[in-house]
Amino acid sequence: MPRPGFVLDVDRSTPPILFWRGENYSLEKLPADRSRVIYAPEPEAPIDDIDSAIRHALLNPIEMDPLPTLLFPGMKLTIAFDDISLPLPKMTRPDIRQRVIESVLDLAAEAGVDDVHIIAALALHRRMTEDELRHMLGDRVYDAFAPRGMLYQHDAEDPDNMALLGETPQGEEVEINKRAAESDLLVYVNINLVAMDGGWKSTATGLSSYRSLRHHHNTHTMENSRSFMDQHKSELHKSNWRMGEIMKKHGPKIFQIETTVNNDTFPSAFDFLGKREWEWNARDRAKFVASSAALSRTPARMRRNIFQSIEAPHQMTSIQAGEVEAVHKVTTANVYRQQLVEVQGQTDILTMGIPFICPYNVNSIMNPILVMCTGLGYFFNLYRNKPLVREGGVIIMTHPTTNEFHPVHHPSYIDFFEQVLTETTVPSELEARFEKKFAEDEWYKHLYRTGNAYHGVHPFYMWYWGSHALQHCGKVIIVGGDAPTIRRLGFTPASTFNDALEIASDVVGRSPTITHFHTPPIMIADVK
Amino acid sequence: MANNYPAFKSRSESARRVLQRGARGIAGVEKIASKGVAFWRRAGFPFRAPSVPRGVSVPPKEPHLGAYFDTSFARKPAARAVRRVLVAGPVTAMVKFLARPKVEGIDRLSDLAKRTDVGGVIFAPNHHSHIDTPLMTTAVPSPWNDRLVVAAAADYFFDKRTKGTIAALALNAFPIDRETTSRKSSDELRALLARDWSVVIYPEGGRSPDGWGQDFKAGAAYLSIKTGSPVVPVFIDGTGSVFGKGMKRPRRGHVRVIFGAPLFPEENDNTRRFNDRIEKAVTLLGDESLTDFWTSRQRAAAGRSTALTGPEYSGWRRQWSLYEHRKMGAAGQRRRQKRRWPNLG
Repeated sequence: MPRPGFVLDVDRSTPPILFWRGENYSLEKLPADRSRVIYAPEPEAPIDDIDSAIRHALLNPIEMDPLPTLLFPGMKLTIAFDDISLPLPKMTRPDIRQRVIESVLDLAAEAGVDDVHIIAALALHRRMTEDELRHMLGDRVYDAFAPRGMLYQHDAEDPDNMALLGETPQGEEVEINKRAAESDLLVYVNINLVAMDGGWKSTATGLSSYRSLRHHHNTHTMENSRSFMDQHKSELHKSNWRMGEIMKKHGPKIFQIETTVNNDTFPSAFDFLGKREWEWNARDRAKFVASSAALSRTPARMRRNIFQSIEAPHQMTSIQAGEVEAVHKVTTANVYRQQLVEVQGQTDILTMGIPFICPYNVNSIMNPILVMCTGLGYFFNLYRNKPLVREGGVIIMTHPTTNEFHPVHHPSYIDFFEQVLTETTVPSELEARFEKKFAEDEWYKHLYRTGNAYHGVHPFYMWYWGSHALQHCGKVIIVGGDAPTIRRLGFTPASTFNDALEIASDVVGRSPTITHFHTPPIMIADVK
Repeated sequence: MANNYPAFKSRSESARRVLQRGARGIAGVEKIASKGVAFWRRAGFPFRAPSVPRGVSVPPKEPHLGAYFDTSFARKPAARAVRRVLVAGPVTAMVKFLARPKVEGIDRLSDLAKRTDVGGVIFAPNHHSHIDTPLMTTAVPSPWNDRLVVAAAADYFFDKRTKGTIAALALNAFPIDRETTSRKSSDELRALLARDWSVVIYPEGGRSPDGWGQDFKAGAAYLSIKTGSPVVPVFIDGTGSVFGKGMKRPRRGHVRVIFGAPLFPEENDNTRRFNDRIEKAVTLLGDESLTDFWTSRQRAAAGRSTALTGPEYSGWRRQWSLYEHRKMGAAGQRRRQKRRWPNLG
């Protein structure tokens, strides 16, 4: 029986606590009697017979007819799937998407369906490489579909292959991939790593264009979402759900398949990173000492390769299929069951170690903008009800935050860092002044369409993710990072964790309460 | 020149003397041996087998070859340790050199590997070559490879004690009688499966005589139904061109081994029905190896999969279509197959 999440009140006997620092980690002593640490629930037991569970979900969907009855000869079937940003870290083979898609294809073949396209729903994310696609879909699906041009990646900048379905009453244009829009059936295969994923966000975001995305990826929706992990209080989701209504009326029939995974994040070599510190045995302690010492002496590139090669032993905990909203309700409940941790009250200082990975640097570099997005956009927003840190409080992050970018994956980030952040770091201001220029830049479009680059507008979206936290907090401090880079982000650098606490005292006084968000593994703080 | 003659004569003399001495030695040995033989001839019981009294029938000797070959020594720790070294070293090297195998579909077994309620597994590959067995011992993944028994033809591999011992030790071969239905083999295999040993059984019962497959016999299905062990269908492509039946020596080539999803006997399955499912699964994998995952599923759904047993017609047309068939498979990667029928223009 896995243990639920846990909030530890730090006292004098509490050992130092693990803080991630990008591709390394350290142990920090938290002040006794006014600090607490939030630990994620332990991984839920996975489904034993995954293939049977998939088959059962396809044959017994929620509020929809069984998949075989929706398939017929001569139909146009499109299967869309989540891209490389999920799950994190990438899961060991076989990936869930491969298993689900193979099952769907089995049924399609039995029904005599010939016209099948498989589309990576990557919105404005980067195109994946062949290896990455093979990892996700398996060699069988890749070899059968990619050479014939029946497996490809969504191109949001291809005007000939986008279809405008209509507008919401709020004037939001709903534009999705033309092949998906014109299909007799669109099967969407999702992995719900966090409560934010899935539902109408899968199709309305994953298969859409900038023209459509800009209506919910903006500072207004981000600042008014409390939080993204609570669909009913998220402007981002409300916009996606309005678009969903248009898709229901004018779009294809959608058969949504949503899956959840447990938070078993680290393979055995790094399993101590998911344990509570006082439960580390001699081997765990030896692994920590040896690995942190070795990593601090390892060149950055090699360090990155080591961490990016980690494959998480995530296991599937549920699968449900059928009508989008009905399915998503069940999925969200399953995600909450794995990830929710009840926390009493807010804190003055929220501390978080930023790990080596976020959704946008898989097999890539965690650049300064992604550090901001991971800390303020993702970790800050992993709450329900109210943020962990009080309004006007301080966030302390630990990360090296070097001025380093992946030139192939993040070209527009480089210009964003050099040209936009030197002018302003206020989300609404940079949105008004610079977003359109970057979004419509022909060179960025070219790199997005033909290379492996994120769309030109993507760094703006990353900055917007953090806008709620920027608005909410009094100060953001980054420990152990490159000072000029951190200042460029508009944050305060600190050399040590104690220095950071000292700097924070200017904002929150001499005896602030401190909460450390011990993630990964991923969790959601249910703040009462 | 004349001076050389006496020297030549002297060498000839010494050779003659050596030959004479040798002949005397042989005669001595013969004399002693003949005495021994004479003694043996004269000697009676207990130096010789007893004669059988009239009116008494001697019970037949317990057979120890063929299906009765005792291979239990090959599953003892010492033999397993030796086998690990043999499989990891010379067997793998030989397989890699000759067959350059590409192993696929292991991901389909990921759930099975995690199940604690499943012990032994039955691997059911098609069979074209003697190299199939070493290939399977190297291709079967963990956790089954360390406790893997290969069902081998008793009349071929266990007809001599030395041959049987080598087969049992190197490949953990287990004798199966092909000619008669033997309870002994099946009972022992059931006992092995119950003790979490996995088994490779070639349902075709023997190597393909003409390059096409043969109808599946129900041994694997029977064992699975009796023990509840899953059957993993396996398709081996290309070994017929490496060392097929009738080839005098092996030729290097490319080989693919494709593992399928495990099959469990269902409630209403009898041996025949389950055997049909296994054959269909291997056929599907065979089609997957020739085409791709999607096409093979489409063809299977439409009943158009290429049968393992080849076309219905016989004679030269059967061989002719085998050429086209092989060209599409792993063997086709090696070189163009020679036509077995002359091109008459």
